Order: sequence, then structure tokens, then C-alpha cells
Amino acid sequence: MRPAPRNGGGPAGTGPRAGGRAPLDHAGGPPATLLLRGARAFDPRAGIDETADLLVRDGRVAELGHSLGAPEGAEVVEAEGLHAVPAFVDPHVHLRTPGREDEEDIDSGTRAAAAGGFCAILAQPNTHPVVDAAPVLQSLRERARAEARVPTGFLAAITVGQRGEQLTEMAELADAGAAGFTDDGLPVRSAGVMRQALQYQRLAARTLALHEEDPSLSGSGVMHEGDMSALLGLAGIPSASESAMVARDCALAAYEDGRIHVQHVSARESIEVIERAKAVGVRVTCEATPHHLLLSEEAVRMLDTNAKMNPPLRAEADRQALIEGLRAGTVDCVATDHAPHAREEKEQPFEAAPMGVTGLETAFAALHTGLVLPGLLELGTLIERMTAGGEPFGVPAPTLAGGSPANVCLVDLEADWHVGEAGYESRSANCAFDGRRLTGRVRMTIAAGAVAYRERSFALGAV
Amino acid sequence: MSRHLLSIDDLSRDDIERILRRAGSFAEVSGREIKKVPTLRGRTVINLFYEASTRTSSSFELAAKRLSADLVSVKAQGSSVDKGESLKDTVQTLSAYDPAAIVIRSPQVGAAALVARWSPACVINAGDGKREHPTQALLDLYALRRRAGALEGLKIWIVGDVLHSRVARSGILAFSRMGCEVTVCGPPTLIPRGIETLGCRVRHTLDELGGADVVYALRMQHERMEGTYVPSLREYAARYQIDGRRLGPNQLLMHPGPVNRGVELSAEVIDSPQALITEQVESGVVVRMAVLYELLAGGRAGPQAGASGPVGAATEAQPA
Repeated sequence: MRPAPRNGGGPAGTGPRAGGRAPLDHAGGPPATLLLRGARAFDPRAGIDETADLLVRDGRVAELGHSLGAPEGAEVVEAEGLHAVPAFVDPHVHLRTPGREDEEDIDSGTRAAAAGGFCAILAQPNTHPVVDAAPVLQSLRERARAEARVPTGFLAAITVGQRGEQLTEMAELADAGAAGFTDDGLPVRSAGVMRQALQYQRLAARTLALHEEDPSLSGSGVMHEGDMSALLGLAGIPSASESAMVARDCALAAYEDGRIHVQHVSARESIEVIERAKAVGVRVTCEATPHHLLLSEEAVRMLDTNAKMNPPLRAEADRQALIEGLRAGTVDCVATDHAPHAREEKEQPFEAAPMGVTGLETAFAALHTGLVLPGLLELGTLIERMTAGGEPFGVPAPTLAGGSPANVCLVDLEADWHVGEAGYESRSANCAFDGRRLTGRVRMTIAAGAVAYRERSFALGAV
Repeated sequence: MSRHLLSIDDLSRDDIERILRRAGSFAEVSGREIKKVPTLRGRTVINLFYEASTRTSSSFELAAKRLSADLVSVKAQGSSVDKGESLKDTVQTLSAYDPAAIVIRSPQVGAAALVARWSPACVINAGDGKREHPTQALLDLYALRRRAGALEGLKIWIVGDVLHSRVARSGILAFSRMGCEVTVCGPPTLIPRGIETLGCRVRHTLDELGGADVVYALRMQHERMEGTYVPSLREYAARYQIDGRRLGPNQLLMHPGPVNRGVELSAEVIDSPQALITEQVESGVVVRMAVLYELLAGGRAGPQAGASGPVGAATEAQPA
């Protein structure tokens, strides 16, 4: 096992109480020594923005300078015209392992992550069986040490079987290396159980990540409740199904001084609640997905099952509120909620198809195309939000600062490509942006000091 | 006109006019002793019904037979669907028989559009979940125009469970496309948020019902009568039942059937001469003949239909 990315560090008080750092596991390659020549090195958090040579030696960022010589045996990457940015961290990935390895496994999922420029990911525990006991977690960590291309952390369930009734052995799970706790896919329905989880968090010392939804309001809904659901005759999921639960859990976190992270926010009202909670000192962070930031209920019009996920794509006003939240920092980070599904399951009528879309391989390109190029978001802000996903769980944001472990993503901001044209690294193809033309392509990813991905056509020359 | 009929949205006002005229000419055929025309001889129509249906399936069967098509009816019960076959596989299997048209009824929104994607046949949506039921809307237009003479400017109130009604959704689109002014009315729990975007007003009481030319009552589904959508059947009937007191002497009454007597309608209005309910059922066959004709023969044979068409020039339907 290689050490998790170090350095960077988020604002004080965003980590769990005991300051535990989530352990990440991966197979890793040999520590890289390479010279990225002539790249535009850009790390807004570290104040780095210059066209220079970036030297990675033995897996660490060694030097940023001009006309650097390549050490003996170093690989030289001609990176003129490319951006070298800190690689991304995704706090919300479904690796479908154990149980649905036909949809994704640790190898394919982390390959997809590396192809998307991610150097670390956190996997969700809603597998078969659920990650609700230490032995399941330990076996997953073992497999990650054998298979994972990028450092991977595993969240464990808050309640046994995600049934929302009985707390998991959170303290033991934390000792066994749980990166955090979540019942993702399902809400913690009972306020009483949620409160107990927040109390018990003082022992487990890990952030609770929350899928916020009131099942009695969502009912049998399959899309956002609004104009489009009225037109299509589909049962809707009202925005209040999310925002009411966000409000409840912010109140409980305030009362218990707990640390919560709201997953995949989708509704304007939820952003408003979180903004108010942050203002009064509640320890809450939140994430938004590329699909919620870029698509709205309009994408459901043709009943494309790759526009079906939970929470659903909402109205344009919600999307605008998410973008504003991302800009202002109310939305702390981007998360893909990468959710692979088998083709035969998505090839069904909309109501029968499962919820979820893949997104690891397209996250940066989609957000660059949809937000940065039209001038809605600064590139620097996008990079900050895409690298901050681990901070709520004690995984520091990657940086290009000298001496740090090399977590670098080399991107071509001018490259156009069609999503899915060359297939996917993921085992599943249910991508929300399938078939779209995007601008911005990851050419190479260095994760925890080793080369985790290089685009097949991207020529590299050794000295 | 599109080669499928998936939604009323697929039809322009001209398309609708043409279908209604064509239905009028088929009505003439239906009045003869031999009710058959040879238009679709040698062609196959498949009725694929995933939901129980009496009116729609039987009228599609009659329509196909009167056009001399070969007809295959597949019901979900007792077929390979019961054995867990996916919609895609069922449709591809049936398509191997080279049908000219597939008529599909499904509890799933968008099922007809998927069939259109997976099969080379012309696809007719006979009801997809709560979304649409376009041939019902067309027969409603046909029956109403025969009675009222013209559709333009009619004020239509659709009353009842709009939330769960594909008849209401297609009706709103069709009536407003033909120049009617549509109001939907029902308890707030049964009116979907955002329904105004289809082109209608929303009311929650019958206070202004007097301004309507046509009252279109929807069926109240048994399982939704009690409990969370409405507190009780009694309260629903007290507020929304169309009875002799509420239905004005110059108002017409429509209902897609089957009627719950004493719930959405009282017996006296069902049997009154203002009711078009039986005419709606009668219109089902000729309108579905017209739809099959337009999709399968209309483009090839031209409006005059030649020797294989119905009978000479299409005649404008006359008010009864």
C-alpha cells in the first residue's frame, strides 16, 4: 500500500472531530520519475500558474522551473499546450463490488477514475452484501491493494443492511479503515436513528455522508416533479423531498455538533438551507455532480434512461443555483456519483430502468465544456472544487507544491471528442453525456506518485 | 405526418382534420351491410396489450379486421412476457413476422416510443402509462364534432383524477390544438404540479363550471378513491360528481368509460341526451380505422385512396 496523498489541507474544522485521515488503498505502480516539459502548471490553491517544466522524481513533485534537465532514466513528456493541474478527488463512486462485478469492479472503476483525471476516489457501501461489517471492509481493502489503479477509500454503512434501524459497529469499522459512513442510495429515514449516528460519531470520528430524501415525499417518483413530469405523466420527486431532509439533518448536526456531508445536492432549496447552516457554524459540507450542474429535467423529455438518476435532474433554476453555489463555495466539491448499470437494465422503459449514470471519465471535460468555456465558472474554481472532494473525509486536496506526492492530471483544454466514441474504461456505458461532444481531454494521470493513466494515442518519449 | 402515432404532439391540426374526415368516410362504410374494405389485405397488424383493456383492444381489432388486415392479438398474460421476456425481446420477436403496424398498450410511459425504436413497423400508442392515449383523444374529438358541429372556441372542463390520467393528458393537447379552451378541475391532490404547461387552466372547485360548453368527466380509479388522495368517496362525490344539478341544460357530457355510476357521474346524467358516452365508444372503431389507414395506406394511396381506399372522396362529418 502506498501512502495516501498528503499535503494541501482544507480549512480548519472541516475534518471529523478526531481528525482521522481516511486510509486509501491501491495497487500502485513504480514511483514515477518524469519531466513534463513546457506544460502550463496551474494550481490555484497553491498560487501556481506558469508555463514551465514540472519534474516528478521518485513519485514526488521535485521541481517547477525553466529548462530543467531530465534526470537519468526519466521519461520526458512534451507537454507544450497542455495544462498540468492537481489531479481530482471523487468522494462518491459506486464500484459495484462486491456483488455486481458485471457492472463494475475495482479494476475497471479505478481505471475509469484515472482516465478522468482522478487520483483518489471514495467508494460507496451500497453493495451486495452491504459494507456494514469490518470483514467486508477488510476484504475490499485487500482487493484494492491488489487491483486499484488509484488510491481508493471505502465508506461503510451507517445502519446495518442500510435498513435505517440499527447502527453499524461504527467504531470497529473506523478502526478497520472506513473512510466515512453513509447509507447512500437510501436516506436515514428516522430522525432518531440519525441523531444516534451523530452521537456515536464521537467514537467513530468519521464524517457522515448523507443521501437526503424523504421517501414519503418521493413516493414512486422517477424524475423531478415539475413541468416536465406533468407533460410526461411520470410520477415526480419534489425538491422538498431533499431540502426537508437537509434541513432536518442540519438541525440535528447543529444540536449534536456532528460533522455531516450532504451528497449530490440537486435542489435550489437545499443550497439555501446549507448556506444558512454554514453561516451559523454547522459543520456541513456538500457536493454536486456534473450531471446536476449541466443538465435539467429537459434532458428527460425523450425518456433517455441515461437521464434517470436519484436525485433527479431538476429545473433550470435549480441548476443555476447549483452553479452559483459551486462558484461561491456553498457547494464545496464536485462528486460524480458514478453509478454503473448493466445495459439490459437501462434498455427498458424509463419507469422500469434503474437510477444512476456513470461519470468518472467525463466529469472534467463536461464541466469544462459546460461551465468554463461559456464563462460561467473560472477554470481555477473548477479545479479547486474537483480536487476538494476528499477534504470532508480527511483526504487532503492534491497540490503541485514542491515536495508533495505527485498527483497530477495533464489535460488538453482544446481537444474535442465525442463521449463513448472509443468506448469506456468503465464496464458500463450508461453515461449521462454519452454521445455529446466535449472539449477538454485528460492525456495523463499521475496518482500517488505513479502513472495511473495515459491516453493510448498520447505519444511519450523516454530520454 | 410521422409514421408512428405516439403522442398527440406528433399531429398537426391538419393531420387531425384529415384523420377526422377519414373517420367520417369510414362511418359510411360501417353503415353498410358488409362493413369491410380491402385496404390492408395481406398486411399484418399486431395488438400488443400489457394491460387489461376492453374498449381499446376490441375496437382496434375491429378496425383492423374491417380494413381486411391479418390480426394477431398478444396479451401479456399467458405469453412469453409472463415468462420474464423483456419488452425489447418481445418486440423483436413479433417484428420477425413483418407486421405493418404494432398497436401497444403498456403501463410504462414511453413504451410505444421504445417499440418504434426497436421495430420497423408503424407503431400506434394505445396508452403508455399515465402519459398519453392519443386515439382516445382523436375519437373524443370526432364524437364531439359530430355533436357540436365545430370545435373551435369550445370551452371544455376536464374533471376528476387528472394526475393518473393519460386520457386527460392527450385530451388537453388535442382539444387545445383544435382551438378549444381547456380547464382541468379536481382536488389539488389529483392535479399534477405543472399541468398548465400543457395548455390548460386549473380550478379546484366546480364553481365556474357553468361557463363550460362540454364537461369531460374522468374515471375515478377504485384504488384511489379512499385514503391519501381523497379523504373519502363521499367527500369526493359531494364536491366533484357531475349530476343533474351541476350539468346545465346546454352542456354536453363526455366520459372515456368505464363509468363508476354514482361516483364521478350520477345515473341521471349518464342516461341524459346530453351525454356522448355511447357515441364515444361508437367512434372508437372508425377513428382507429382512420388512424391505421393514414399510417399504413395514406401516404401510398393518396387522399383519394384509389380502388383500394374506402369509398370515393372523404366526406366531411356532419353534425348529427
